Amino acid sequence: MEIEIHVIHYLIISTVMMFCGIYGFFTRKNLLALLISAELMLNATNINFAVFNRYLFPDQLEGHFFSLFGIAIAAAETAVAIAIIINVYRNINKVLTDDISELKN
Amino acid sequence: MFSLIQMQAEISLVVFIVLILLADLIMKEPHHKQLKVIACSLTALQIILNIFPTSEELFGGMYHSTEISSVVKTILTAGTLLVFLQSSEWINEKDTSHKAGEFYVITLSTLLGMYFMVSAGSFIMFYVGLELASIPMACLVTFDKWKHHSAEAGAKFILNSMFSSGLMLYGLSLLYGSCGTTYFADMTNTLSGTHLQILAMVFFFAGLGFKLSLVPFHMWTPDTYQGAPTAVTGYLSVISKGAAAFTLMNILMKVFGNMAEEWSIMLSVTIVVTITIANIFAILQSNMKRFMAYSSISQAGYIMLAVLGANAQGMTSLIYYVTVYIVANLAVFAVIGAIERQKASLLLKENKRLTESEIYEISVSRDTYNGLYQTNPRLSFVMTIAMFSLAGIPPFAGFFSKFFVFASAFEAGHWLVVFLALMNTVISLYYYLLVVKAMYITKCDNPLPSFNSSKSVRACLFICLISIIVLGICSNVYELIFRFA
Repeated sequence: MEIEIHVIHYLIISTVMMFCGIYGFFTRKNLLALLISAELMLNATNINFAVFNRYLFPDQLEGHFFSLFGIAIAAAETAVAIAIIINVYRNINKVLTDDISELKN
Repeated sequence: MFSLIQMQAEISLVVFIVLILLADLIMKEPHHKQLKVIACSLTALQIILNIFPTSEELFGGMYHSTEISSVVKTILTAGTLLVFLQSSEWINEKDTSHKAGEFYVITLSTLLGMYFMVSAGSFIMFYVGLELASIPMACLVTFDKWKHHSAEAGAKFILNSMFSSGLMLYGLSLLYGSCGTTYFADMTNTLSGTHLQILAMVFFFAGLGFKLSLVPFHMWTPDTYQGAPTAVTGYLSVISKGAAAFTLMNILMKVFGNMAEEWSIMLSVTIVVTITIANIFAILQSNMKRFMAYSSISQAGYIMLAVLGANAQGMTSLIYYVTVYIVANLAVFAVIGAIERQKASLLLKENKRLTESEIYEISVSRDTYNGLYQTNPRLSFVMTIAMFSLAGIPPFAGFFSKFFVFASAFEAGHWLVVFLALMNTVISLYYYLLVVKAMYITKCDNPLPSFNSSKSVRACLFICLISIIVLGICSNVYELIFRFA
């Protein structure tokens, strides 16, 4: 049996990815895991843009360009985030969210 | 080819950034004092070059600069100049002086991002501008590399900013799926308020709500504001918030104009919740920077009241509010920064074996301000005027800016929201006056000894003080902005 893949299948994937990312962001304790969750969300949106462009508006390129920009910017953001996490580790030797709670009343 | 010249504000800013970078590379160390002069004068030059508003449309409408957005750019640049002036003492310290060039370059890069953000004509441009404004901001927040409160604040900031841009992008992708374009001008006609579009708008609003720190997206704000270096906190609380507020209003009006009924309900609820919760939490704070964080959350709620107006009057009152808020808040942060540095050096001299974070905690707590009037009358005077302006007490600019914002929301028919916001002004008066009370009334055996700040900090305080008074008295300012709106 041949299964045809439509927009809806891609959208299910991207929605699951998006909400996995949100769930992970709220439940994970490790800063790097938080970073991965946020990346998952950004990638879900990139899939969305590419799919919408490919299936719904095949005669233009805006969605593809948006995903390209999204990938580049996400990479820049990750670079800065990892640098900051390394800095946190150097200062307090820990990368768990429970341990970085100095700023509280 | 020649049309590129019309992006003069952005191009001149890029040139200035490159110039500062080159100066940082070429000049012999230590050169932080010369760099400060160069950075301040180039920023001033940037203001002068772009003082006359222009309107341009480039790249097929992707870059769309209107007269009002050039006014906003000039105001943001002026605010950045004030931040540079007040940051000079902090940047001259041993830990940061060798990184002075980086500070100016990174700050101006975030400013460039805000330029693109306010004059975006398409969501691609808007997103690139937003990220250019927020990624370097994370570097600024962690600028005090060897202090772990700064690192912690930076981690919280960058992770929250990634999360919020993820949410916002998801909304934008749904919007693209339903409209087939990312240009603001084309998108307006295709939006009709279907369920998908409403969902997309809510996601988009949530993403920008994080940047503006509206409740319920405000969790990162107090921690980041408390941990960041004081000058950076000032920058974060006024400049980036002002740019985000203007952009949000611009997009809600231009793009989501057809869906005004849907978003005005959402916005009204957010405003009321934001102002009320922020006020309640602000009362409980004794750390000045944390207190100012909650104050800035509630001010963001007031700024959003102007968005409810959704017309030229609302736009004018938003920009006027942001201008007044910039000068008043930067005055407060200049005072906080000066006192923090003085108290910390005093504690180090006394050598009581305190840890670094304990020193930090004491130097920004409100108890340090007890009896400040006896020893530093001028500093406490500036602080008092700024607090009065933030609270909205009549002769000062803050009253008029609040009045215009309330008027524009009221005329749009949101009288209930205006009433609740007015009630909250009374609460806010209480906690702003707590600081004034600490300075003038609370008895203290050993208040902070009198001291003189550096020239540039005094210049910053002087400009802020004059602006707070003059912006309130001169009605021309409001009319001037209104002419371009």
